[in-house]
Amino acid sequence: MTVYTAATDADRDAMLAAIGVADVEELFAAIPAGLRLDRALDLPAGMAEQDVYAHLRELASRNVSCEDEVSFLGGGMYDHYVPAVIDMLMSRSEYLTPYTPYQPEVSQGNLQVMFEYQTAICELTGLPVSNASVYEGPSALASAAYLAKLANGRGRYVISAGVHPHARETLRTYAHGFGVEVVEVGLRDGVTDPDAWAAAIDGETSAVLLQQPNFYGAVEDVAALAAAAGESDAEDRPVVIASYDPIALGLLAPPGACGVDVCVGEGQPLGNRLDFGGPSFGFFAATEAHMRRMPGRIAGETVDMDGKRGFVLTLQTREQHIRREKATSNICTAQALNALGGVVYLSWLGRQGLVELGELLLQRTHYAREALCALDGVEPLHEQVVVREFAVRLVGVDVEAVVERCAEEGVNPGLALPDERALLVAITEQRSRTDIDRLVEVLGRVLAAEREAASVEVGA
Amino acid sequence: MSETLTIFEKGAPGRRAFVAPPLEVPRVDPHALLPVRLRRAQPPRLPEVSEPELVRHYVNLSKRNFDLDSGFYPLGSCTMKHNPKLHERVAALPGHARLHPFQHPRRAQGALELMWNLQQALGEISGLPHVSLQPSAGSHGELAGLLLTRAYHEDRGEQRTKVLTPDTAHGTNPATVTMAGLKVVKVATNADGGVDVEDLRAKATSDVACLMLTNPNTLGIFDANIAEIAEIVHGVGATLYYDGANLNAIMGITRPGDMGFDIVHFNLHKSFTQPHGGGGPGSGPIAVSERIAPYLMRPRIVRDDDGSFDLDMDEDGPSIGRLRGFQGNYGCFVRSYAYIRSLGAEGLKDASVTAVLNANYLLAKLGGLAEHLPLAYGRLCMHEFVLSGAPMKRELGIRTLDLAKRLLDFGVHPPTVYFPLLVDEALLIEPTETETKETLDRFAEIVAAILREAADDPEIARNAPYSTPVRRLDEAGAAKHPLIRQPLDAQKEPA
Repeated sequence: MTVYTAATDADRDAMLAAIGVADVEELFAAIPAGLRLDRALDLPAGMAEQDVYAHLRELASRNVSCEDEVSFLGGGMYDHYVPAVIDMLMSRSEYLTPYTPYQPEVSQGNLQVMFEYQTAICELTGLPVSNASVYEGPSALASAAYLAKLANGRGRYVISAGVHPHARETLRTYAHGFGVEVVEVGLRDGVTDPDAWAAAIDGETSAVLLQQPNFYGAVEDVAALAAAAGESDAEDRPVVIASYDPIALGLLAPPGACGVDVCVGEGQPLGNRLDFGGPSFGFFAATEAHMRRMPGRIAGETVDMDGKRGFVLTLQTREQHIRREKATSNICTAQALNALGGVVYLSWLGRQGLVELGELLLQRTHYAREALCALDGVEPLHEQVVVREFAVRLVGVDVEAVVERCAEEGVNPGLALPDERALLVAITEQRSRTDIDRLVEVLGRVLAAEREAASVEVGA
Repeated sequence: MSETLTIFEKGAPGRRAFVAPPLEVPRVDPHALLPVRLRRAQPPRLPEVSEPELVRHYVNLSKRNFDLDSGFYPLGSCTMKHNPKLHERVAALPGHARLHPFQHPRRAQGALELMWNLQQALGEISGLPHVSLQPSAGSHGELAGLLLTRAYHEDRGEQRTKVLTPDTAHGTNPATVTMAGLKVVKVATNADGGVDVEDLRAKATSDVACLMLTNPNTLGIFDANIAEIAEIVHGVGATLYYDGANLNAIMGITRPGDMGFDIVHFNLHKSFTQPHGGGGPGSGPIAVSERIAPYLMRPRIVRDDDGSFDLDMDEDGPSIGRLRGFQGNYGCFVRSYAYIRSLGAEGLKDASVTAVLNANYLLAKLGGLAEHLPLAYGRLCMHEFVLSGAPMKRELGIRTLDLAKRLLDFGVHPPTVYFPLLVDEALLIEPTETETKETLDRFAEIVAAILREAADDPEIARNAPYSTPVRRLDEAGAAKHPLIRQPLDAQKEPA
C-alpha cells in the first residue's frame, strides 16, 4: 500500500477471492514471461511528502525567477501580475480535477466557462467564431495553417520574418508533415517588407502568416498586409492568419477589422503563470466561413428537456473521436483550466481595465525606450511604433556578455538577440519607473565597462 | 436562476475589479505614441464586474461541475486517478511558477535538472532511453511520433505512405496520421481482442511507415502476440508506435521498449497525475529508440561534463524541429516528477498492480450482471474493461446512454460510453488504483440497482438524470443552429 492507494492486505485477499485467482500474478498472465521486467525499475526509492517538498523546493531555489530579479524578459511570455482571484479559482477542485465535459449535465460550470471564454476571445479579436482554446501560441499558428490547407489545398505558405522564431519553426515542422512549402518574407525597417510580401503572394499561396506586434515589438500595418493578399471577400484569396498579443488588443485595431481570417495567439499574458513556458493556452478565432474547419473543442448554448438554458460541446463532427482520419485536426482536448484563467483575467480587468493597462504599458514602454536609447552605445533597432516591447541595438559589445553582467547585478535586461546584436526589452505593469531607471543605470554602467574592456583588449 | 446568466449578463457599466497602478512616468500624448489609424475604435465589450461578483459567479459555476475530488470517475482510457495535493503546492513555488522560459539556462539549472531527471525516469519506465518532454498532449506526442517516423524513413531515402492502426484505436491515431501527411490502413481485431496477426501480415507491405498500437489496448486486453507483431512490422522496415494512454497497467511490469516499440508517448495527465483541468492542460512526452533519437525535437536538454545542464538547439542536426514554443508544459513536469519521486520504483509498480487488481475486482463484482452487461472480450482484464450494453438494450429497453445518465443521479461519473467503436453499446470502465474497495462495491451495487429499476420501469433511466443542474440537453439543436458566443447587445456601448 502506498500513500495514494488504499488496498490493505485484507482488501487484496478479499478482492483476489472475488476475482477467483490465487494472486495478482495471475492477473498479468497475458504478458509473456519473456517480456516481463525481471528487476525493479531503476528509480530512486519513494519519499515522504515533506521530503519531496524539500527536494522540489531545492530545485526551485536554483532557478532565478521573476520574483528574484528585475526582469525585462518577454518574447512571447510576459511577467504580468496574476490576480489572487485566479489562483483561488484555478485551484478549485471543481475546475482542476474533472476531465473534458463528456457528460454535460454534470459539467455545466466548465461548459459555460468555455462559452464565456469564446465570447471574450471573439470580442477581443473582432471575429465571430472562437474555439475553447488549443495547446499554446506557436502550435496554434501551425494549426491555423493546417486549416488553410483544408480550405484551399494549395501548396505554399508565406510567413513574415516578424513572426516569433518558435512559431516559424513550428510551422515548418508541421508543414513538412502535410506537405506544404514555407516561404519567409524579411523585414524592412523593423516591419514586414511590404514589397517583398506582395511579391511572394500568388495563386499557389494557401495562407499568409504574420504577427502583431511582431517579434521585435514593432506594430505592423496588418490591414495593408492583409489587403496585399487580395480583397477580403475574394473567393481565391489566401487565408490571412495573424498571431496577436492579446494584451495589445486593448489598444490595437482588432484583427477582424483588419481583414484577418484567422487570429491566433499565446494566451499566457492573460492571467496565466510563466511556468517556464507552459502550460498556457493558445487562442484561435476565425471568420464564420471557417467555423466547421476549426480545430479543438467548441461549446454552444442549448436547452435541456425541461427548456432550461444549458451548454454542450458542439460541432463535434469536425473532431477526431467522430471523424477519425477525416477530422479537421487531431487535437483532442482544449487547455480548459488555462482558458478559465484567461476569461477570469479579462473579466477582472474588465472593459476599461484592458484599455488602461494597454495605455500604461504604452507610456512606460516609451519612457524605457527613450531612456535606453539615450545611453551611449544604444540605438533603436527600428523606429516603428511599439506598445509593450522594443528592441535596441547594443553597439560594439557582446550582447550575451552584457546580459550576464546585468543579471549579476539583479537586473535581467531582456532577451539577447545575438544575430541582430540587439536586446529585446519587455515592459509589464510590474516593472515600475524605479525598475526601469535601475535598468538604465545598470545597463549604462555595464556597457561602459564592456567597451572599456574591449578597448583594452584591442590595445593589448 | 442567476446561475445560468453568463458573466457578460452580469455587472454594470463602470464596475471593476482591477485598479491600474500609477503611471509614474511623464505622460506623453498617447496618439503620438500610437496613431489613431492603428487603434481600435471601441474597447472590447468585456464584462464589468466587481471582484466579489466575479468570485461568486465563478465559484457558483464551479458547483455545477462533477469533479474527481468529489466522487468516483471511472472514465475509461482517461485514468482518472487521484491528483496529489502536494503537487499543486510545489508547482506554485515562485522558483517554478514565475520562471521565465527565456531565462538563461545558467539561471534555470533547477528546472533543467528536474526535466533531465524526469526524462531519465520516463526512459527507464518505458525502456526507451531518449526522451523529449516537448509535446503538449497525447495527440501532440502522436504527431511527434509520426513526424519522427517520416524523418527516419526519409533519411534512408524511403517514401512510405501508410500507417496501420487497429480498429480499436483512439480517434486521435487516425486523425494524426492524416495531419502527418500519411494514410490510414485499418487492421482487424481478432476474437481475443488483440491484433489479427494474419490481417496484419497481409497489410504489412514495404510502403508501411508505422504501426500505431496501444498495449494493453482500449479493450483492456494485453496483446500476447506483441513479439510476433513487432517482428512483422520491423520485418518490413516500419516503426512501431506505442500509444501510452494505457501505461497505467504496466509500470514496472513490462516496458514498451522491451516489447519492440520504437516510439512511445506518455500522457502525464493520465498515468502521472497531472490534473485533467476540465479538459487540459495535458502533457505528452515521447521516448524513442536509438534509431529514432537523432530526429528528436529541439531544443534538447543536455548535461555537460561539469554536471550542469543546457539547452541544445542542434541547429545543424537532423532534428524534425520544434512542435511548439519553449520547452513544453513545465508545470506538468513538476507535478509528474513529484509523483515519481513520491512513489519510487516500488510505488509505481504497486500503482499498476493495484490498478489491475481494482479493475478485475470491479469486473468480478459486475459479473453477476453479465446477462445484461457482458464483458466484450476475454475473461480477465488489465487496468480497464469493456462491457457491452447490447443485451441490456434488447431485454431491458435501456441503452448504455440511459445507464450512464442514470448513474449521474447516484453521484457517480459514468464510464466512457460508445467507445471502443467495435463493441456495441460499449461501456469502458477504468477504476484506477486510487479507489477503495468500498467505492467499487458501491458502484457495482448502483449499476445493479439501475438494472433492477429498468426491469420494472425503463422510462426512469430513459429520462434520467433528474438531480443534476440541467437534464438531458438538446445537442442536435446546438449543432444545427450553433450559438457559440454570447450575442452582446449595443446597450452596453457608451453613449
